[in-house]
Formats: sequence, structure tokens, C-alpha cells
Amino acid sequence: MTAKLSARDLTLIRGETCLFQDLGFALDPGELLLLEGQNGSGKTSLIRAIAGMLSLESGEIFWNGKDVSRQRQEFHGELVWLAHRTGLKGDLTLVENLRFEASLRPQNDIESDAVYERLGISRLKTLPLRALSAGQQRRVSLARMLLADVPLWMMDEPFTNLDREGRKLVVDLVEEHLATGGMCVMAAHQDVEIKATINRVML
Amino acid sequence: MASNSPQQPGILAGLIAIARRDILLAWKRPGDVLNPLFFFAMVCTLFPLAVGPSAEQLVFSGPGVLWVAALLATLLSLNSLFMSDHEDGSLDQMLVSPQPLPVLVLGKTLAHWLISGFPLVLISPLLAITYHMPTDVIGVLMLTLLLGTICLSLLGSIGAALTVGLHTGTALLSLLILPLAMPVLLLGANTVSLAAGNDVYATGIWALGAYAIAALSLAPYATAAALRISNE
Repeated sequence: MTAKLSARDLTLIRGETCLFQDLGFALDPGELLLLEGQNGSGKTSLIRAIAGMLSLESGEIFWNGKDVSRQRQEFHGELVWLAHRTGLKGDLTLVENLRFEASLRPQNDIESDAVYERLGISRLKTLPLRALSAGQQRRVSLARMLLADVPLWMMDEPFTNLDREGRKLVVDLVEEHLATGGMCVMAAHQDVEIKATINRVML
Repeated sequence: MASNSPQQPGILAGLIAIARRDILLAWKRPGDVLNPLFFFAMVCTLFPLAVGPSAEQLVFSGPGVLWVAALLATLLSLNSLFMSDHEDGSLDQMLVSPQPLPVLVLGKTLAHWLISGFPLVLISPLLAITYHMPTDVIGVLMLTLLLGTICLSLLGSIGAALTVGLHTGTALLSLLILPLAMPVLLLGANTVSLAAGNDVYATGIWALGAYAIAALSLAPYATAAALRISNE
């Protein structure tokens, strides 16, 4: 049986250092893939490689049993990317940013207040994002992730800049996503307390 | 619609969305947009002051000056094409977007042209008057600038994509682009000169048009490939 998302023999060399070699993993719906390691151990490189932003020295990544490099658009249509740099425009308001996202992919209702209420950003809808704190911007990028109706969440250090309540929120959101058959790939350097089936990759 | 998965927005939707977002961003920061336009206007108005008001000389040098100024103004504006996207992570989002990257790139280039290329075309008649250019030649000038700025925006996007992570400023980008932009400059300026001398100039327009179409069909792919490499 093949997993929904799997990889084998991944090798990545950056400059002179080999970040990882012959690495493999498998991920099925309802599971979390946790990439762990020290700073500089290659977590971000690995997650970027899985998303297709970094080319690997060797190895293959499969989505639905097919090589992702042969179905890049389909694969990207089913994942959402969340990273330290939010990818949101500071000069635009929250709604303007999310409306742009909504025209790129099918989305849940971006006008409905439920998601904003939950993330505690409903008061901030009309402000340009640059006026928001880093943590609040992080919450907006979480909103984008929630509104994108996709099975695979890819999160690079999702807890950065968030307060305790915010970190709890991320844990809750991920648990709910996994409980409804979603998948999550997460790179994190701190302990993650998520109640789910966790596949760990140590780097 | 009773479909299982929600409908994916079409290719055109992505192009329009990103072009609209960039225009909205430019609207909120008009300073960045007006810079190349001011540069163009300044060069074109200062030149006659420096060389003196002799009509003969101005008629002779007009097409060249206007075209060189337009080329440099476009080069100035290209540096920022992908810079802010690279800094705020939007570029990563573009790379993992369900929309094809060349289409998004084309959308950004379209916005760039509408913001910084097209205004040059619009104000060029005003500046051409300074050079005693007759009305019908002004028409030719506008047409060549229209096609030429399209070429330059498209070619420039390749250079901007290659240099996006480098923080080396405009110099390297200009060096990369100039060889490709040279035919545009030569064709543009010479076509206007021919028109001013009552010569046959149609070939120049056709050649520029062909160059624009070639750039339109090839540059987005080259830019997309360059973005993938420089954002690794």
C-alpha cells in the first residue's frame, strides 16, 4: 500500500555539506510529519524541497503514488504553505490580501467572520498589515491557511512570534485538521505537543 | 454546480488577480511609480537646455534622446519587480501556487508595464514637442515606444528574476538586460528617425512587433525558470 505522501532516498547537498542522505518518509491522512533538528540541520531545506521549491540531489517524492515533479500544479493545488515570511503584503489590508488568495484557488468563504473571530483578528480587518504586530500578521497567515480548503498543510516553524495562546491555537487547529482527515508537514525546533499520529524525521 | 471538488479558478483569473494586486500596491505607494516617469521627463527636458535651442540639432537628436531616456527609465523601474515579493515571502507563495508560475509572472509583468511603461508612452508626445517633432512622427514615436516598452518589461523580468536574491542593485541587472534590449533601442530610435526624414519606416514597426511577440511568448517561461533558480 502506498501512502498519500511519501518520499524515498532524498539527498540534499548545499555547498560542501550534505544536509541529509537517503532520507525517506510516509504520510497518510490524519497524520503529522514532524521534521525535527537543531538550527541549521536542514529542516527548512527539507520542507522547501518537499514543497518543490528546492531541487534535490537525488530522490523522489510521491503524492497519490505519482512523482510530484510530474504533477506540480496538481500537487500545489492541494497544499498550503506557511512560513516565517508570511507572503502577505504589508500595504494591503487583511481582506485585500485574502481576496487575492481567494482568486488563486477555491476557498472557504473569506467574508464570513467565524475564522477571524477564532484567530482574534476580526478587529483588524481594515488596517494595512504593516500596522499589525508580527504575531498578529502570523495569525493572518493562519487565516489564509484555514480558508484555503486543501488537505496538506506545510508549516515551517509555525510557532514563531506567537504568544502562548497563539501556540495553543496552532496546536488546536492542526489537531482539528488532522481529525478531519487532513495532513500536516511541520518543521519545528521546539517540542510540539500535538495529539495525533506523528511520524518523526530527525535531521 | 454539483461537483465533488470546488472549481479551480482559471488561468486568466490568476493573471488578472496578481496584476490587480500589483496595481493596487502601486496605487498605495505612488512615489515608486512616479520615479521612472520623472526620470524620463527630466532627461528629455534637460537635454535641450544643455545642447541649446537650435531646432536643427533637436530634430536630429530627438528620437535618440527620447528612446535612450525611455530605456533607462524602464531599467530603473525593473529592479523592484520581484524585490518586495522576495522579501515578504510572496515569491515562495507564487512558487507553490496552484496557478502556473509563468502565468503569474506574466501578470506581474503586465502590471509593471501598465505602471511604468505605459505612462512613458502617454507623456512622450508632450516631450516630443520640445524636439520640434511633427504630429505624424509623434504618432510613430508613440507606437514604437508602446511596442518597445512591452519588450523591455518582458526582457527585464528575466533579469530581475535572475538578480532577485542578490541585493546588488541595478548595475548587474542592466548589464544582463542591455544585450537583449539593444535591438529594441536601435529599432525604436531608427524607426522614428526614418519617419522624421520622410523615409519608409514600416519595417521597423513590424520588426519591433515581432520582437514583442517573441518576448511575450518566451520571456514568462525564462523568468519563471530564473525565479525557481534564484529562490532556492
